[in-house]
Amino acid sequence: MKHLPSERHTLSILVDNEAGVLARIVGLFSARGYNIESLTVADVSDDHAVSRITVVTNGPPPVIDQIMAQLDRLVPVHKVVDLTDWGPHVEREMALVKVAGTGDKRVEALRLADIFRARPVDTSTASFVFEVSGSSEKVNQFIALMREVGLVEVARTGVVAIARGAEAV
Amino acid sequence: MGTEMTGADIVVQALTDLGVEVVFGYPGGAVLPIYDALFQQNRIRHILVRHEQAAVHAAEGYARSSGKVGVVLVTSGPGATNAVTGITDALMDSIPLVVLTGQVPTHLIGTDAFQECDTVGITRHCSKHNYLVQETARLGPVLHEAFYIARSGRPGPVVIDIPKDVQIMKARYTKPGVISHKTYKPQVKGDLAAIEAAVDMLAAAERPILYTGGGVINSGPVASQLLRELAKATGAPVTSTLMGLGSVPDDHPQFLGMLGMHGSYEANMAMNKCDLMLCLGARFDDRVTGRLDAFSPTSRKIHVDIDRSSFNKTVRVDLAIQGDVGSVMEDMLKVWRARGHRAADQKAWWEQIKGWRSRNSFGFEQKGEALLPQKAIQRLYEMTKARKPIISTEVGQHQMWAAQHFGFHEPNKWLTSGGLGTMGYGLPAAIGAQLAYPGALVIDIAGEASIQMNIQELGTATQYRLPVKVFIINNEYMGMVRQWQELNHGGRYSESYSDSLPDFVKLAEAYGWKGITIEGPDDLDAGIQAMIDHPGPVMVDCRVAKLANCFPMIPSGASHTDMILSAADERGEADDDAKALV
Ligand SMILES: Cc1ncc(C[n+]2csc(CCOP(=O)(O)OP(=O)(O)O)c2C)c(N)n1
Ligand SMILES: [Mg+2]
Repeated sequence: MKHLPSERHTLSILVDNEAGVLARIVGLFSARGYNIESLTVADVSDDHAVSRITVVTNGPPPVIDQIMAQLDRLVPVHKVVDLTDWGPHVEREMALVKVAGTGDKRVEALRLADIFRARPVDTSTASFVFEVSGSSEKVNQFIALMREVGLVEVARTGVVAIARGAEAV
Repeated sequence: MGTEMTGADIVVQALTDLGVEVVFGYPGGAVLPIYDALFQQNRIRHILVRHEQAAVHAAEGYARSSGKVGVVLVTSGPGATNAVTGITDALMDSIPLVVLTGQVPTHLIGTDAFQECDTVGITRHCSKHNYLVQETARLGPVLHEAFYIARSGRPGPVVIDIPKDVQIMKARYTKPGVISHKTYKPQVKGDLAAIEAAVDMLAAAERPILYTGGGVINSGPVASQLLRELAKATGAPVTSTLMGLGSVPDDHPQFLGMLGMHGSYEANMAMNKCDLMLCLGARFDDRVTGRLDAFSPTSRKIHVDIDRSSFNKTVRVDLAIQGDVGSVMEDMLKVWRARGHRAADQKAWWEQIKGWRSRNSFGFEQKGEALLPQKAIQRLYEMTKARKPIISTEVGQHQMWAAQHFGFHEPNKWLTSGGLGTMGYGLPAAIGAQLAYPGALVIDIAGEASIQMNIQELGTATQYRLPVKVFIINNEYMGMVRQWQELNHGGRYSESYSDSLPDFVKLAEAYGWKGITIEGPDDLDAGIQAMIDHPGPVMVDCRVAKLANCFPMIPSGASHTDMILSAADERGEADDDAKALV
């Protein structure tokens, strides 16, 4: 079953906000040889009781089903939703991109940033830090362009995702 | 309200409230307050083992034979790490345990304090769940929740790590009512529509088979009863995994014996040729399926399991029913009767099975001086069966021969390390079972290599006057390793000879046991009889043929239809793909 073509899936996992829960999730992926493309986690409830973890993973459909089932049986997991299967959803990622340069390169960096709606959040006479957000492809593309105008380093959040429409998952 | 007590007293009180009668443990600095609390009461009996691994296996034996949760108490650091093999063993075989570990005081956690280890980190992936209790007030609720988690759903070991200051501090404790967990809610009832579909598939099948596993045992004795009813109603043949032996009596006319790597020819052939497979509380383990792409190619498959992650893990099934296997079988029987189903005509199917059976794949011929290990186990079975013994095993050829030649007629009588295959399991497991059933005949069928892995537990049996019997199938080899070396590695017996064996009789006597030697076929019956007749613990050193192989066998990487039935079918050295398999 592992030889079927791989698919990229975005999973939302609601967990008890308790010590060790992230280690349980990450350890499950590594112990069973599942992939993690990106992972984000933050407390999302008023009373700090529940965290939401977004994992982007890839694998053949039966492996994705296994991942869901394995996550679901962890005691502190409230709910696991495969947003890719669920249907329409929004995925966003944010990156901070540092670019250094002077003269034409600097002007070009600003011009490109404008096209991508990336905001400079730090400026010196020789550098910018841009904040860019959007789909992972858009962020990738922006970073690729910045490489040509003096990219220094990148920090990315990884994907967060939520279903479209009025309902909660 | 509740009364204010120390954490240690809360532990003891909660265990008492949970009905715990026996705790297997070993003391140390980080659990002294709990040991002090145990000292001052007489409701819970503490069994002092000689090694923490054995405490866990003993608790497993206790749990597996009695259906209760096994309880373990060990200290921090080495106490906890020594317990890890047992905890992993219990996870693999779905045995309900609660393991209490001491921990350094909270303010020292993370400082590499004396006997500190990251117990929750180490056991996170070898336990069903674990806790580090940081406040005394949480101890009571955590203990009650841990028992609930350990025994419900797919059972497993739960670890509770308790820092020493948490044991000393005081808090209020009240016995909670019914436990319900906000996220953990095991599904017991199966989906009725799916059950109806399963029943119709079963009724229509021409070549059905019931493939049953340890889940039937875990579900409780009623499940074994229901399985027999289901077999009767459907007329289908039944085969069982290593873990499921005893759910159907060995001499039941529809029982084909164990399946898998060392299972019977008829069981494996029937799995391969069936048109409908109903898997009940088993998990398509690689020891059962053999080569996956050749596994039962023509069947539709129904899988009943309480653990959703068991579905489609290695084998795709046509219908999955999540629920307790006992509850699902009960509903299946109701639907079967309500619909007025009759067992379909399986005459041709049973004819075929009869043909496979006639190969007598577990057969052997005892001739000559050397006692065949199969013969020894067969006689052990015949001479003890009236006593309905509880059998544990170590790991190796003797374990497989015991599974093949010892007949089990009831659930909870067969204690073996299936998933992890842990040498050293059998003696402590027998001790645990003997504590659950003081009057029972409990026998560890052992290998001379395995028994040495927890040999120190002879002392535990002596201390508590437990009349455990250890029957060593002594072939002077790590026989299973030697067999694989013979079949896969050109007969190069690298490090598999059991050199410098102790004199087992003297060893037994040194611990206050009786020791008996069986030299060959002629003194077999007398030796077994002497073992049974002795009221105390006995170790039997039964010398058997040194180079016997365990057949039938599906060689690694082969399919059910490529079984080796006897030495005559052995193929040459295995290819690299086969060698790479475990
Ligand atoms: C703790 C542990 N270490 C190693 C093994 C690998 N192993 C499986 S069977 C076996 C040999 C067992 O020898 P013995 O107890 O004499 O049993 P026999 O096969 O001869 O009946 C070994 C080393 C294991 N299963 N468990
Ligand atoms: Mg041996």
